[in-house]
Amino acid sequence: MALQTSIARCNARVGRAPAARVAVKPQYVRGAAQVVAAKKKEIMMWEALREATDEEMERDPTVCVMGEDVGHYGGSYKVTYDLYKKYGDMRVLDTPICENGFMGMGIGAAMTGLRPIVEGMNMGFLLLAFNQISNNCGMLHYTSGGQFKVPVVIRGPGGVGRQLGAEHSQRLESYFQSIPGVQLVAVSTVANAKALLKSAIRSDNPIIFFEHVLLYNIKGETHDGDYCQSLERAEMVREGTDVSIFTYSRMRYVVMQAVAELEKKGYNPEVIDLISLKPFDMETISKSIKKTRKALIVEECMKTGGIGASLSAVINESLFDELDHQVMRLSSQDVPTAYAYELEAATIVQPNQVVEAVEKMCSKVAAAV
Amino acid sequence: MASAFARTQNGRVASSRAAQPCRAPLRVRAVATTAKKDSSSAAASKAKLTPEVAKDLYYDMLLGREFEEMCAQMYYRGKMFGFVHLYSGQEAVSSGIIRALRPDDYVCSTYRDHVHALSKGVPAREVMAELFGKKTGCCRGQGGSMHMFSAKHGVLGGYAFIGEGIPIGVGAAFKSAYKRRVLGDESSDSVTCSFFGDGTCNVGQFYESLNMAALYKLPHIFVVENNLWAIGMSHMRSTSHTLGDADFPYIYKKGPAFGMPGVRVDGMDVMKVREVALEAIERARRGDGPTLIEAETYRFRGHSLADPDELRSKEEKAAYAARDPIPQLKRVMLEQGLATEDDIKAIHDRVAAEVEDSVKFADESPKPEKGQLLENVFADPRGFGIAADGRYRYELPGFTSGTAAVS
Repeated sequence: MALQTSIARCNARVGRAPAARVAVKPQYVRGAAQVVAAKKKEIMMWEALREATDEEMERDPTVCVMGEDVGHYGGSYKVTYDLYKKYGDMRVLDTPICENGFMGMGIGAAMTGLRPIVEGMNMGFLLLAFNQISNNCGMLHYTSGGQFKVPVVIRGPGGVGRQLGAEHSQRLESYFQSIPGVQLVAVSTVANAKALLKSAIRSDNPIIFFEHVLLYNIKGETHDGDYCQSLERAEMVREGTDVSIFTYSRMRYVVMQAVAELEKKGYNPEVIDLISLKPFDMETISKSIKKTRKALIVEECMKTGGIGASLSAVINESLFDELDHQVMRLSSQDVPTAYAYELEAATIVQPNQVVEAVEKMCSKVAAAV
Repeated sequence: MASAFARTQNGRVASSRAAQPCRAPLRVRAVATTAKKDSSSAAASKAKLTPEVAKDLYYDMLLGREFEEMCAQMYYRGKMFGFVHLYSGQEAVSSGIIRALRPDDYVCSTYRDHVHALSKGVPAREVMAELFGKKTGCCRGQGGSMHMFSAKHGVLGGYAFIGEGIPIGVGAAFKSAYKRRVLGDESSDSVTCSFFGDGTCNVGQFYESLNMAALYKLPHIFVVENNLWAIGMSHMRSTSHTLGDADFPYIYKKGPAFGMPGVRVDGMDVMKVREVALEAIERARRGDGPTLIEAETYRFRGHSLADPDELRSKEEKAAYAARDPIPQLKRVMLEQGLATEDDIKAIHDRVAAEVEDSVKFADESPKPEKGQLLENVFADPRGFGIAADGRYRYELPGFTSGTAAVS
């Protein structure tokens, strides 16, 4: 329940993205003098992703979906539920189990004019497609001297779920991080999920689009109309002054749970959802650090070579003089995710760790003053 | 087998070909290999060979040969670097198949791709300049020997990891079928040919691609250039036989296992290759799906210019040298009156001039500027993100000179 409350608070505090958000327009009842405000419907994240997919497929006939069980089965997480009935078996293609093969097929189709969305049933399975993702998806535009573009969206659920075992609990964002020529985006709310997927589909770059297994059923509102969110901008979740907390995906909620605690203790943290794991939005990041002078990274990927490792290095190199404290990083342990509940919980970052880290940073800085 | 994909989204059968009279099914066969054939047994294919086609094939094979031999010279003179894999000896496969394609068809290759690019129409100048690492190369000097691409001529690469190009080729075929079945474009019948070697036929992606191409009935042709050697690994030592075959691990037999015809052809005879190619291409265009062609061929040089080539026997090399496709075709053309000695000499002169010109062009071309470092990493340069001052990094002054910090 605590998680639900913090999610609600989180949604309430979602800052405006730099691009203007379209306000909900009141509905005018014909012939009546009254103005009736339109009620926005709350939907789940999987529905939001489905809406984005559906809208983009309607808008552009070259957009198609490929993946295991995306068609008749409706998608393992329902993101493509019943879309095959509307668009047919070729536009919502049920592939055999051959990740490297169908990833390459999607890339070849993208090079020659289509815009495939390739789903990894679990992002972890895309380890089998690493050859295609690294060599062809990321590098081909460059190696061909700009002749072929690869407008694919590679999407699927990742992250640690509920006792799914080591191989279904992988976080591939750090593995894909170094591949030149790809963008990495992580969604976290119903609103940004739909808006970012629309942008990703329209982008001419290959986008690796990270969803989280435990977020598909969270509820929220989407933006109105044809709203597309920038793929390169971070999201201000909560403005503050004491510390800049950088996070993404499900850890956003863990952070906001911790923030509820921290607020009670009188702290005023700033929370930024990175959204773009690669490239980093250095404008938002540096503005925040210049204000708070403390940086805490909270992520679900492993500590070694993670997104936080890159971010920490960049902050250290470019904002050293703005810092009153070394950059702190809370990441998953460098261990395979165990099946047992307690061990799994100990592998990932928990809210109390975030609270402790903020307290430690702020008190140390206060003592030094 | 009824295909769900024959229908457009509103249920209409997209292809009007269903209304056409039945054609005779392509029979699975092995078209001779080594010893037996004498020239008269290829009567059927000879009949189709016009002087124009014959001369075009001769020109193309000769261009491939002379170009590759020039590459060897240029490499040893320090004009090109890295790994260079020459195609000398295999020209009949490239010319026999690719010259039968249309400009809107696609070709996908491996690192042994120079001649595939030339056969498809990429100018020799652009290929040589690419090999010299100049900015006038077909990939602006960014691809090199193993990564020849041409959007204009439908060359999808150039891949260093064998097998990784095949799904790309299948993807281009998917697009062709999609255009027809989903977008309703009845004229969409472009075909893709993916070329690869005997070593590739043990890579998983090969099988994944065979399965998908057959499953979705894609207009894709798998061309195995079986030259018996994968660097120093003999085909006999790396590939298992089909049950019951004691003599040779035939690759064409893997086709029927996946629901497509498999054909083995004498890859040293351009006319035989062309005959098989025409049938496979026609089959693909009709919408009847993929074909697996195993071309028995041989590379006269080592795997690459760095390969000492000590494992292949002198006898084997001599046997294949005697079947050199270029003198073979010349003999046929003269015998059948498809060309005169003068015609042939003119082709030789033309090819020599073209190859010389390509070297001169490449030599005189400028090297890439540092500005090329960042330009083509992304199709949409916003992919490098936003800098601290709020500008997109591609807007920073150093971007076009390749000096901007992009991460």
